[in-house]
Amino acid sequence: MSEGISRRNLFKGALVAVASTVLPRSMAKAEGLASRGDVFAVLVDLTRCIGCRSCMRGCQRANDLNAPQELMDMDHLSSRIEPTYNLWTTVNVEGGASSPPRHVKRQCMHCLEPACVSVCPVAALHQTEQGPVIYRESRCIGCRYCMVACPFDVPRFEWNNGLTPVIGKCQFCAQQRLFKGLPPGCVESCPTGALKFGKRDDLLFEAKARLRSRPDVYVDHIFGEDEVGGTTWLYLSDVPFDQLGFKKNLSQRPLPSFTWDVVSWIPGIAAVLASLFGVLAFSLSTKSDQGKGDKHP
Amino acid sequence: MGWFFLGIVGAILAWLTVSYGLGRPPRHGIRWAGAALGALWAVTAVVFVIRFTHGMGGMTHMTDANPWGVWVGLLQAGVALSGGGFVMAATVHIFHIKRFESILRPVVLLAFLGYNFVGMTLFIEVGRPYNLWHPWAMWQHRSIMFEVAWCVTLYLTVLSIEFAPVVLERFEMNRAIKALHRVAIPIVIVGVILSTLHQSSMGSMFLIMPQKIHPLWFSTLLPVFFLLSSVAVGLCMTIVASLYSARLFNKTLNHWLLADLGRAASLVLFLYGAIKMVDVSARGAWASLLTPPWLGVLFLLEMGAGVFLPAVLLSRHSIRKRPFRLGMACLPVLGGVVLNRLTVSWFSMVPYTGPNYVPHWMEIAVSATMLTVLMTVFGLAVRFLPVYPIKADGAS
Ligand code: SF4
Repeated sequence: MSEGISRRNLFKGALVAVASTVLPRSMAKAEGLASRGDVFAVLVDLTRCIGCRSCMRGCQRANDLNAPQELMDMDHLSSRIEPTYNLWTTVNVEGGASSPPRHVKRQCMHCLEPACVSVCPVAALHQTEQGPVIYRESRCIGCRYCMVACPFDVPRFEWNNGLTPVIGKCQFCAQQRLFKGLPPGCVESCPTGALKFGKRDDLLFEAKARLRSRPDVYVDHIFGEDEVGGTTWLYLSDVPFDQLGFKKNLSQRPLPSFTWDVVSWIPGIAAVLASLFGVLAFSLSTKSDQGKGDKHP
Repeated sequence: MGWFFLGIVGAILAWLTVSYGLGRPPRHGIRWAGAALGALWAVTAVVFVIRFTHGMGGMTHMTDANPWGVWVGLLQAGVALSGGGFVMAATVHIFHIKRFESILRPVVLLAFLGYNFVGMTLFIEVGRPYNLWHPWAMWQHRSIMFEVAWCVTLYLTVLSIEFAPVVLERFEMNRAIKALHRVAIPIVIVGVILSTLHQSSMGSMFLIMPQKIHPLWFSTLLPVFFLLSSVAVGLCMTIVASLYSARLFNKTLNHWLLADLGRAASLVLFLYGAIKMVDVSARGAWASLLTPPWLGVLFLLEMGAGVFLPAVLLSRHSIRKRPFRLGMACLPVLGGVVLNRLTVSWFSMVPYTGPNYVPHWMEIAVSATMLTVLMTVFGLAVRFLPVYPIKADGAS
């Protein structure tokens, strides 16, 4: 019996130790960058986009991607292009049924609290201090949890590679350009100023100014300000967002918090179970082992 | 072509399974089984080559819009159906209900093989299987997948330790058995905790997609549902497997043990069903039965045929006392849990993703191969190892 108790204490001690080291650190991390306004951001103003797809070509150049070039030719401007593992941004015509059609650029939204980063078991997806969410290929196990978790269905998988498939998604040109003081490739290529690069607070300020100055034109909403806890890519439009294929009914609550509510309980539950089972197993064993327990040696 | 081939192999194996189960083995049964399995395994070997040369695009119908296919659901089901291992280990070694010890070994073996199914599936399901050890080195403890990876590998280790005495007995390595005996209870406790954690985490995995999973299934209680259903199906799996292997290998078996498990399963099923009903009501999700109707039908099927029907049947003494009826009452639970896991990971997301994914026959071939390989291993183990301790004493 005394042996049992000491074992149990050992157990409990170990788990409490684990819990106390793991919890505070990750609690702090769970807050993410949500409260910070100085992260890198881009404001996309759909009213200024002419659908020339220069940004797509700029993206390919900046990141040395090799998507079929003819896809982006000027004479294919009306054909639809879906993003793939080596085509990280697309511009397509959206809407047109009950509203005028618009050209819509898409890429990773670089959430303030990214679901993909929170689900990746090996931290292959990583949120940098300055905001961009980057992918580190050498860590990835290819479980594709990031793809199902992403509220914008952004990450793409290299389906036809047997041994070294990668996840492909916009990197915000973080290492290629941003950290060297350059704007993202797409922003630099945009001839009309539909894309504007800056710090998130400044761009939100600018977006609100544009909304105020032309309330007759713009829809009164900045997509990305609050969606899934906020994104660093922000959109302005003169056509309701849900008619252009933007997800509506997105939770304003950051998605990782849904999981975190559960994960944060785990060390506690483990500790409780350990002590409970420990007590049960050892206290019951002294009684029954002398009795009928002998039947099956 | 592929589906046709799978259909024939499946029909032969099903026919053999049923006729052996009914105690009427057909002539040349073994040869038929050998031929069917041989063909299936040979074809799958080719599928493996395609997988690792042409990628998953070459042999699955998964796409960027449906990045998780049928494998994830089956893998989930595999974990749940192996729940018997921790339920029975806890019963015998933690709650000290020692009379169940005689059926513990086959159950642990079954769980061990079940987790091997999971591991083997993962090996082909993830894009870079040679990196599967990464969660051990590259921590990201906010990820449910990280926790599952840890729990599953640790639990697989626990299961092999729990099963080791059987192998050691066969080779009469008594010193090692004694040593293992001393750590048995702590090991069992660790195993039960790991199971509780990852069985529920298999459900938590879906908490990140509230907007993608149909409201009949999405709930913050998903971890609770996954844990409870794994307990229920673990009990039923224990019953079915014990009955079947007893019949197949002519082992005697104390039927009242299984009948008691049946009653326990009935209680758990009622509890599960009740919480589920309260949960759907509390979230006001009943209206979603009609959007779309086919998912509503699936839900009613799962809850009615897979939960409440067997719960009622198993609560009746007249059903439990006869082996055949008991087994038959348990089968829908297995089906219900498989359906549930497939639904949560696949069907319930169809309204979101669009109906673009139907598995490639090669995906099914891979899973069928893994399943049959492990069942064959189970058969061989029962044949050559003292898995059923009482009978083996007489034989050796
Ligand atoms: S596929 Fe790679 S990047 Fe995505 S969650 Fe899995 S390990 Fe992380």
